[in-house]
Amino acid sequence: MDNGYDVVIIGSGPAGLTAGLYASRARLNSLLIERGLVGGQIANAERVENYPGFPEGISGSELGQLMHQQATQYGLKTVIAEATGIELQKSQKVLKTTEGDFIARAVIIAGGSKRQTLDVPGEEEFTGKGVSYCATCDAAFFREQPVAVVGGSDAAITEALHLAKFASRITVIHRRRQLRATRILQERAFAEPKIEFRWDSTVEKIEGENSVKRIGLNQVQTGEKSALEVAGVFISIGLKPDTDYLKGILPLDNVGHIITNEKMETEIPGILAAGDIRQDSARQAITAAGDGATATIYAERYLTKQ
Amino acid sequence: MSKPVSIDDTNFDQTVLQAGKPVLVDFWAAWCRPCLMVAPILDTLAEEYNGRISFVRVDVDHNPKTAARYSIMSIPTLLIFKNGEPVSHMVGVRPKGELKQSLDDVLD
Repeated sequence: MDNGYDVVIIGSGPAGLTAGLYASRARLNSLLIERGLVGGQIANAERVENYPGFPEGISGSELGQLMHQQATQYGLKTVIAEATGIELQKSQKVLKTTEGDFIARAVIIAGGSKRQTLDVPGEEEFTGKGVSYCATCDAAFFREQPVAVVGGSDAAITEALHLAKFASRITVIHRRRQLRATRILQERAFAEPKIEFRWDSTVEKIEGENSVKRIGLNQVQTGEKSALEVAGVFISIGLKPDTDYLKGILPLDNVGHIITNEKMETEIPGILAAGDIRQDSARQAITAAGDGATATIYAERYLTKQ
Repeated sequence: MSKPVSIDDTNFDQTVLQAGKPVLVDFWAAWCRPCLMVAPILDTLAEEYNGRISFVRVDVDHNPKTAARYSIMSIPTLLIFKNGEPVSHMVGVRPKGELKQSLDDVLD
């Protein structure tokens, strides 16, 4: 048990790291709890082209590391742990983690999201055997082999474009008739001869022996079933907020996002939230960073008034 | 001795399969960003389990034989070997607590 921090920040994505940067520069005694994933979701992005200040683009992991470096050089302490709960004791908060308890006067929750799974037969069984959630990690294992990408977001289309450098054919499976991805990414995907699309389709099962051999598809308009031979399935169907441990402690919306006001304050004084974990977040690195700054500024005001 | 050691196709058998204690093998590559996130966690675990479990790293980019032998198709993959056999198989980044659990299970 530690004897207490002004602010404990959960999460080391752009929201948490920016909150930490502001907190350490405000000379608050602050601690960042990270799961060992500096950068958060953005670290998986091969190239970030929409974070201002980097006209050539920057790799997501590098952006995360630079943010981390900037925050820690002002004295932010970090610990690798996973948050498992928060207890309220009068005005102080006890943050429960896998590495023990930490006491804080204010908490900023910036734990972001975890990946959404398809929850279809074969997905878990073949994870690491053809089912992947990271094209930048695993594309090279699928040289000259056919693969599928599930999803229609920026992340999914970026994965498909990366796979086009390795795989023989990429089939993008999307449950709607139109992609949600930014237009510029759509243009690149439509211009890539190796990428084809299955619209209005969902994956019903993943089959194979020692590794993935085929997936079963459902055409959602007609109900028609079909099979597609692939060696790999890259699942990129979005994220869900990482708030299971906060149920019953903080008000959450029906998806699990934390409800805050425009100052990033939750219903509980001294507990704030920032970034993708928050309801109505725009889910961009830059808006998460903005949330983090706002959260620390209002956390500091709360601490001053206390 | 307490930092993970890089090994390759040529010394895998000797270092891992014929080790006198459990060995955690981290299959990784420089292009894999999550692998770079796992590395500092394994550094601290290597310190904590110093002497009881060996920690080694295999760069799949330069050691395709070992990667193929254990059918590695996703990285990071962490395999824990005991008496020459893989007894634990973890794909992707795992929180430190979960890794400790797997390591403790092997020591029991």
